[in-house]
Amino acid sequence: MAVTDPAPDPLARLRALDERVRPVTLAERQVLPVAEALRPLFPGGGLRRGSVVAVGPDGAGAATSLALAAVAEASGQGSWVAVVGLPTLGLVAAAELGVALDRLAVVATPGRGRWADVVAALVDAVDLVVLGPARVRPGDARRLAARARERGAVLLPVGMAWPEAPDLTLTAEGGRWEGIGEGHGHLRARRVRIGASGRRDAARPRSTEVWLPAEDGGLAPVTHPTVRALRPVATDVP
Amino acid sequence: MSAPDQPVRTTVVWCPDWPVVAAGVPPDEPGAVVHANRVVAASRAARRSGVVRGQRRREAQSRCPELAVHELDPARDARAFEPVVAAVERITPFIEITRPGTCAVATRGPSRYHGGDAALMALVESTVAEVLGDRGEVRVGTADGPFAAGIAARRREPAERLVPPGGSPAFLAPLPVALLDRPELVDVFERLGLRTLGRVAGLPRADVLARFGPEGGAVHRLAAGLDERSPDTRPVPPSIEVATELDPPVERVDQAAFVAKSLADELHDRLGAMGLACSLLLIRAETEHGEVLERRWRHEGTLAAGAIADRVRWQLDGWLSGSAASRPTGGLDRLVLAPEEVRAASGRQLGFWGGQSAEGERAQRALARVEAMLGPEAVQVPEWRGGRDPAAQVVLVPAAAVDLDGPRPATDPSWVTAPWPGRLPSPSPATVLSSAPIAAEVVDASGRSVGVGGRGLPTAPPVRVGIGRPGRPDRPPEWHDVVAWAGPWPVEERWWDTEAHRRRARLQVVTADGAARLLVLEAGRWSVEAVYD
Repeated sequence: MAVTDPAPDPLARLRALDERVRPVTLAERQVLPVAEALRPLFPGGGLRRGSVVAVGPDGAGAATSLALAAVAEASGQGSWVAVVGLPTLGLVAAAELGVALDRLAVVATPGRGRWADVVAALVDAVDLVVLGPARVRPGDARRLAARARERGAVLLPVGMAWPEAPDLTLTAEGGRWEGIGEGHGHLRARRVRIGASGRRDAARPRSTEVWLPAEDGGLAPVTHPTVRALRPVATDVP
Repeated sequence: MSAPDQPVRTTVVWCPDWPVVAAGVPPDEPGAVVHANRVVAASRAARRSGVVRGQRRREAQSRCPELAVHELDPARDARAFEPVVAAVERITPFIEITRPGTCAVATRGPSRYHGGDAALMALVESTVAEVLGDRGEVRVGTADGPFAAGIAARRREPAERLVPPGGSPAFLAPLPVALLDRPELVDVFERLGLRTLGRVAGLPRADVLARFGPEGGAVHRLAAGLDERSPDTRPVPPSIEVATELDPPVERVDQAAFVAKSLADELHDRLGAMGLACSLLLIRAETEHGEVLERRWRHEGTLAAGAIADRVRWQLDGWLSGSAASRPTGGLDRLVLAPEEVRAASGRQLGFWGGQSAEGERAQRALARVEAMLGPEAVQVPEWRGGRDPAAQVVLVPAAAVDLDGPRPATDPSWVTAPWPGRLPSPSPATVLSSAPIAAEVVDASGRSVGVGGRGLPTAPPVRVGIGRPGRPDRPPEWHDVVAWAGPWPVEERWWDTEAHRRRARLQVVTADGAARLLVLEAGRWSVEAVYD
């Protein structure tokens, strides 16, 4: 005598199907953590593995700090960061922003024709690859993006125009320095508005105000008062 | 097949305090070799003054003020040991180098040839003494098994250095457990009251294994004078050796070392794929004229890829920079690595208690590939140095020169203990142009260039800043209005050194476009040193 199930109702069947179809990888593996002040800008709550996150170019001149701040949290939690073709990188600033120096590798600007090979080799193994300004061919850009998607790495082109539309673009606007006067004080902190826009679920532009750098050299959300009441520097920037 | 328990009768050649001898310090002059601020080896005269291994450098210097202190240099030790090995090689070809300063020779054949153990020992001793001259002494010990032979070599009385066949257990029994050179285990033994090797050997083997694990089992065999070729040696898989042809032939050690590193990685990976690691390695280098240098290197544990690469470098260094008589006449054109003894690889703890993680290993391999593409100087890693310039505080060193596996204290800011007054306060600029500073002009309200006077004050407040265009020095600079400024931070470095004397003053300037720059004045010229990007 065969025992048969009573016909399960559609909702139960859908639930069972959902269980079976759910991806096996944990959600936190797909997204690399990002500093809390920047989290509202990222659709997944962090740097999505396999994506291209372009930083700058922008008017406030904060592209390098922003790129370092974006990778700092993931670096501190164990990811390796490789920087290619950015010979002017300020290493002390990187350390102050929270990048782990024992997991940072700096690659000199590769010669003509080798750039794509070098970046491909790094994308294979390193979680976060920061790219300094370079001329990238569209074919190379597409291949590298595909490789990054496959390996789960994040490409961060800084201060350059990426031929393909990047998954997310971060820009900094309206930087106002505080702490410095006319011949007194020193550069203490900069208040800047970071905007993010991109493709698919990042299509709706978001922005948030942060201190970059904050008074101790790191990144902090603007709700924290970091500087005592000194007049912000009046510049032409609105 | 010989019984696995029978230890191979071995003669060990031991040159005491080898790092000191290699550094060129005669034994009757006080000298010591330090590493990481601790004494690693000391000459006889230094030891008589109270210098002990493991002491801090300051303490050693306070005990012996005339102490000549040298830094540890394994390459120099290996290079200096090469003539000794070459001399012993003339007596018998089967030498295993344990580390520079100690090598072991299988005795059976040569002993029969030269008429007995004692005769062989005397011959080896006189040969090595001839090579060393009065730079250092040599001691030779013979016993069953390299462990007992090593201990025999260190006995003060020459008569005790020859242990008759089968006499190892009796020889070892009264000796202290500290000779096992495994500090934690020795500590436990001593606290359990097992102060001599004989008492350890007297325990039932099964109990020792149960309490202390495989390491305890190995130590039990050693204490009993049995063969220390631990049971986990495996047969060497056939055709496992790796070789590479160097075309064109290589004459410089660093080029050969670079090739050796990739070869060592290949061997290590191949063995690792089979679950094996190498404990005795044959390194063979051939030149284009047919000269061959072969050496066997033994390791107490197993050789990691970096250790293999190091030994290749030491061997080639010793050969290529040896005396004119022993130096090869041509360049190296072939390098072969052949494991002669392998063990089960213990595997790596993947980042559980710190140390190397799987991601770190992958990153290292990728960096090695990039180095192969662009050259070893192209991949660099940061290290804290300390300084006043934003460019000097953290510097980049080639990744190939750093052991990325090991602890890297220089990547922590606490590495810099000196205060460096005159340093700019944080936050630091994210774009540093020190290697290619952009020329700039700073003018005051009347258009005159702003200078910094002797008291460290600017001659007039800066009003406009002209930033040069990099790559177009003929075009006029871009002028910006100064909205805020701070400084100057004057720095005068090395006023006592006429050549290296530098006087600079730095200024932080915010211009109307919102950009903040660090300008530096030196010898009357301004330039942009960094941008707070």
